[in-house]
Amino acid sequence: MSNDSIVVDGVTKNFTLRYHRTIKQITIAALRRQQISDTFPAVDDVTFSVEQGESVGLMGLNGSGKSTLLKLINGVMRPDAGKVQTRGRIAGLIATGAGFHPQLTGRENVFLNAAILGMSEAETNRKFDQIVEFADIGRFLETPVGHYSSGMFSRLGFAVAVHTESDIFLIDEVLAVGDRPFKKKCMARMEEIRKEGRTMFYVSHAAASVRKMCERVLVLEKGRLVFDGDVDEGIRYLQYDDDDNESVEEEDLDEELGADI
Amino acid sequence: MSTQSEHQPATSAANGASADGSVGQPVRVVDAPLAAPFSSAGLVDVFRRRYLLRLLVRKEISARYQGSLLGLLWSYVQPLVRFCMYFFVIGLVLGLHKNVPNFAIHMFSALVAVHYFTETFSNGTRSIVRNRSLVRKMAMPREMFPVSSCIVSAINSFPQLLILFVACVAVGWSPDAEAILAGILGIAIVTVLGVALALLFSAMNVFFRDFQNIVATFQLFTHWIVPMIYPYSKLAESSLGSGWFYYLYMSNPLTVAVLLVERCFWVPTALGQGTDPKIPADQSQVGFPVMPDHLMSLGWFMLFASLVILVLCQLAFRRLEGKFAERL
Repeated sequence: MSNDSIVVDGVTKNFTLRYHRTIKQITIAALRRQQISDTFPAVDDVTFSVEQGESVGLMGLNGSGKSTLLKLINGVMRPDAGKVQTRGRIAGLIATGAGFHPQLTGRENVFLNAAILGMSEAETNRKFDQIVEFADIGRFLETPVGHYSSGMFSRLGFAVAVHTESDIFLIDEVLAVGDRPFKKKCMARMEEIRKEGRTMFYVSHAAASVRKMCERVLVLEKGRLVFDGDVDEGIRYLQYDDDDNESVEEEDLDEELGADI
Repeated sequence: MSTQSEHQPATSAANGASADGSVGQPVRVVDAPLAAPFSSAGLVDVFRRRYLLRLLVRKEISARYQGSLLGLLWSYVQPLVRFCMYFFVIGLVLGLHKNVPNFAIHMFSALVAVHYFTETFSNGTRSIVRNRSLVRKMAMPREMFPVSSCIVSAINSFPQLLILFVACVAVGWSPDAEAILAGILGIAIVTVLGVALALLFSAMNVFFRDFQNIVATFQLFTHWIVPMIYPYSKLAESSLGSGWFYYLYMSNPLTVAVLLVERCFWVPTALGQGTDPKIPADQSQVGFPVMPDHLMSLGWFMLFASLVILVLCQLAFRRLEGKFAERL
């Protein structure tokens, strides 16, 4: 009990879809007795808890509520019902990319992002070179991140997140846009983080990398938690293992991560 | 305790295998309590995390004038043009210039306060939407954005204040203690009120972008509902100078703030050096810098009222904030 790192208790998050944007459209729709808005649960009564040091893979089809759940855990969103509790500092990436400001340069964004994650100026200065080296974006460091390619953007984001002192590390499909050497580097770094005993929450579609990284899998389906348990069973549950069966042995890293879209 | 504050990581990675389950991995013991992932004390947290605030202010200054040649100079062009225009129409064409001593100082001192207010209000209102890339993904006190808008406006307004100061000294400014206090009080009211409204409108702007247009519309008449291009005495003498309208007019905290700033800069210059600004014998004289009675107590009251408004706006902000990430 006292070892819990993330406790999600009966959490529901409703989203409202608005079909009409202006008063004129809304009025017309109301007169025609059309539906003006629609509410649906993006995360529906989800309960689980993660122990300190556990690394959990979160899987599910697109739109099943993975990123929303991650936002609830990271505190960007508040649940409509239920309770989310975490222990310690949280770092990581949500929905393929960091919270970077497009007008600022890479360097400025590193400092801003680190400050938001709770790092002091001295701490950032100390880690700055490591971050830059890890991101390996060269002279683009002084260019506004709005001009970055999606790969460079997520490299820098991942570099900052990974160098933040944190107790819980969230990671959301970031590897989808990186090139192969970078993916390799990321996997190695994530392995390190895991070895340090940090809690890891990993969202991915790539069965092989989840198998490699995680000891437990949660599966979301239309916002509901439908599976919680063993990695292989979870992957089978999702039927993501179709083409895995025959080529498990010779599967190289590229394929491990290839489906990470 | 906020887990996001700049603290030493409350963790110690004890080496060796743990007893329960995890195979040979070091167990990281986290001292922090199990708590909501992000809880913020609102404005209090903004000032607790000054380093982040400083970065945001710097960011906003550089972002605002990115790709512009004149850069920061632009923040003077607009008030300057407005000043010249008003001075021409109101002062020279309509001739208030003759009846009001140091009319330029009167107008400029009010303009500095009003411009500071409108900058804070309008930039603050757009601040959350403009920073949506951060708001959507990072857990942080969102009050940071309106507050940093206010600080940027203050930085932009400071040189104007300096120009005003130089102009006042040039025409013979010898403020008494009350004048200085009035100036500080006036600026304080503008700041508190500006931040309060920026908080409320920035939050509402997330839901309906109409609010930034509402604010822009509102600004069309801020210049007219305060005694800036006309002296207070004109209003007091007019047919509106008594009765309910007068009380409505004076219950605007911005009006009182502008009067306080005028009390600081304009009144001492208008009376000439070394004169007690409150000489009643001159009251009947044309052009005497009339100020309402009990201006100072009115000022303290308005500061208090603005603080109450700030608390209410902060509460409203907290309620609306829960849906920012999904509505941006």
